Amino acid sequence: MNKLNILSPDKNNLYAYLYSGISLFFLSILIVFLNSFFSLDLTSFLPGTISYFLPLIIGFIGLHLIRIEYSGIKFLDIINKNINTNKFNALLSLLIIFAVIKSLPPLLSWFIIDANFAGDSKDACSGSGACWAYIKTWFNRFMYGMYPNAEQWRINLSFIALAFLGGVGFFATEKFKKYLTLYYVVIYPIIAFLFIFFFISGGPIFFDFSYGIIAAVISIIIGFFIPSKFKMYYFLIIPITIYILLKYVFFYEELIELGKIQAFEWVETGAWGGLSLTFIVSFFCLIFCFPVGLFLSLGRRSDLPIIKYISIGFIEFWRGVPLITVLFMSSVMFPMFLPEDMFIDKLVRVIIAISLFEAAYVAEVIRGGLQALPRGQYDAAKSLGMGYWKMHIFVILPQALKLVIPGIANTFLALVKDTPLIFVVGLLEIVGMLNLAKTNPEWLGFAMEGYVFASIVFFIICYAMSKYSYNLEQKYKTER
Amino acid sequence: MNFKKILPQLLTLVVVILVFGFFSYNAQVNMENRGITFGYGFLSQESSFDVQFSLIEYDGSHSYFRAYLVGLLNTILVSVIGIIFATIIGVVVGIARLSKNYLIERTAAIYVEFFRNIPLLLQIFFWYFAALRALPLPEKAEPMFGVFFLTIKGFFIPAFIWNNLDIFIYSVIAAIIAIFFVRAYAKKKQENQGTQTPVLLISIGLLIILPLLSFLLGGVDASIEIPVIEQLSKTSFTYKGGLKLPPELISLALALSLYTATFIAECVRAGVQGVSKGQKEAAASIGLTPNQVLKLVVMPQALRIIIPPTTNQYLNLTKNSSLAAAIAYPDLVLVFAGTALMQTGRAIEIVSITMLTYLTLSITISIFMNWYNKKIAIKEK
Repeated sequence: MNKLNILSPDKNNLYAYLYSGISLFFLSILIVFLNSFFSLDLTSFLPGTISYFLPLIIGFIGLHLIRIEYSGIKFLDIINKNINTNKFNALLSLLIIFAVIKSLPPLLSWFIIDANFAGDSKDACSGSGACWAYIKTWFNRFMYGMYPNAEQWRINLSFIALAFLGGVGFFATEKFKKYLTLYYVVIYPIIAFLFIFFFISGGPIFFDFSYGIIAAVISIIIGFFIPSKFKMYYFLIIPITIYILLKYVFFYEELIELGKIQAFEWVETGAWGGLSLTFIVSFFCLIFCFPVGLFLSLGRRSDLPIIKYISIGFIEFWRGVPLITVLFMSSVMFPMFLPEDMFIDKLVRVIIAISLFEAAYVAEVIRGGLQALPRGQYDAAKSLGMGYWKMHIFVILPQALKLVIPGIANTFLALVKDTPLIFVVGLLEIVGMLNLAKTNPEWLGFAMEGYVFASIVFFIICYAMSKYSYNLEQKYKTER
Repeated sequence: MNFKKILPQLLTLVVVILVFGFFSYNAQVNMENRGITFGYGFLSQESSFDVQFSLIEYDGSHSYFRAYLVGLLNTILVSVIGIIFATIIGVVVGIARLSKNYLIERTAAIYVEFFRNIPLLLQIFFWYFAALRALPLPEKAEPMFGVFFLTIKGFFIPAFIWNNLDIFIYSVIAAIIAIFFVRAYAKKKQENQGTQTPVLLISIGLLIILPLLSFLLGGVDASIEIPVIEQLSKTSFTYKGGLKLPPELISLALALSLYTATFIAECVRAGVQGVSKGQKEAAASIGLTPNQVLKLVVMPQALRIIIPPTTNQYLNLTKNSSLAAAIAYPDLVLVFAGTALMQTGRAIEIVSITMLTYLTLSITISIFMNWYNKKIAIKEK
């Protein structure tokens, strides 16, 4: 047997070091474990400070003894490489292990052991732990806001239907794959809007939409006779003009009133709330901000000076102000800009405000992607005789958008996390409902449970989104 | 210029002008109906509302403009505190994420994933309504180091009482300017003669000696005032003397720095990872020590990647500080766009001033950033 040199462990006395080191290390963990789980102090015979630091010292010596390079034992090498490379790392590892062991019992007791699950009033919660009965009682409110209980199936049904329709893409056969973009960008949002407007809101089915359809059909028919040079401007102007003419000139409001069919009980948007409102707001903002941002980014890179500077001004304005002031603007300043008799629902105003705000960020992200494309792509597309729109739709945008998937996902995540701000205009989604429930005299003092619950909900949503975007990024990654 | 280029521009211009014209016409009609005239004269009127927490002297007899200043200063205060702490936490966590130690790396990653995925507003509410409400009442507070008192009514810390504070500040400024000269001189000397000057030691010496001189010669005098508990009524206690940091400020600064730190940590990680391995190996192969490699080769290149996105995060933090309105911390939005707007009813003027303030701030910083980026960009031949 070789001489033991405690200060520098080596391979010669591997097992002597190993056994003593591991036993010291586990002894230190055992001391902390017993102390925190059973409040048993093994080292109480020592003076206070020493007893406090003893596990750390023992564990440190233990880790020092097993720090042997190339020991030949696979497990030991992995441990050394990962948590025990030098003295400082060993100390930090020990501190983290101890902190986890120390914090487990209070967390467990608060979350599960001492928590109350049963009951439907405040009296049920007498323990020192969390009062999950509070969440249970208020669960409906946190999910649906002030939406009438009897009508909540409408929200459920709409969301299930929309989720189902959204999942259609996974089952599409090769033949229909090429129409998927059209489906998701145009048809799906319209279906979603109809669901939410008629089903969740219970809005009257007046003939607005039929005017829209008539206008679209007329303009498409005339569109066949328009030379392709002007087709774009034609489709920008004519459908809206026909729609306005139909609505305000040919038919009068009385006719619209006559055409109303009341399908469901009307639930005003002020009563919407909870997590479902979070979903509705983020869903619509997501749909609207993307195309607006796309056009803004194209506008910013355009070589037509007026369009370019208007885009720059627009983007920089929205990016320079906080969202809360934008919401203030939409709630107190915007009504001043409208004619007296014109009223826009506050949910709609909020959705427009957030969409414009986020569109500026989306625009900057997409611009990054457009700038990253090599010039050769533009030149090649032009040399094939493609015009501006053809070049962008078939060559530039597919590549640029692929590049900016992570950036866009981050912007959408920011959007979801920004939705609680709509409390400024008096709409209460889940965080707002929590604050309302907190002030209820029957349920005072349970703020913590509510915020923990909402944090978990948001964490799950946002984490899932970020993981999904990561997968998407991997899927569309192409070698360049 | 042909027809195809002019028409879309003309159309856009017409649409923009029409929208603006429509809005301003309606605004005019609406204001006439309500009997208010557009103008910024109200700023000099007496405000007649009080603000809880203010850095400058303020009460109801001051003007609305003064109230605006109070709000602006409070916004700047919480942003500066948030930026300092966010930077410290962010750099530490960012480096921890690069650690080879599995436990440290995981801990940092969990922190980042967790705090980044929860809305900032929720975090602010959590700290303000849940965490800080669990603090003891003033009379039951245990002092930290005998002088700090963390209570439900705020954080009471000792304050300095200065005589001739201005001379002290001048001495610090003089020290900083002197350091710049020393650095320039050292750089020149190294370029000409190849000898190094201990810049760091000289700088620390200057920073200590010049303010010390101001104490000895300039008649500067500082004493410390420790907060003392005081009974207001039978059940209500507070602390007198020292500085009081209100719980709104603490929870806001805490939430802002913990939230923004996660983004800064990611910037730092990306920056250090962005320096190619070849650079480190090349530096090591010409005989630089690991510390020199970090200081002279890795950090200058990493900073070039780190600084632009980090500045963006600082800007975000400043804009996010407007969430203060949710917990009644008297920042620009709450004082000016909230209370002052309620009192005067001048929505257009007040909201536009508030937005312009933030806009000026961010445009100034982004112009500065563009200049800075151009300055530090690698000059390729």
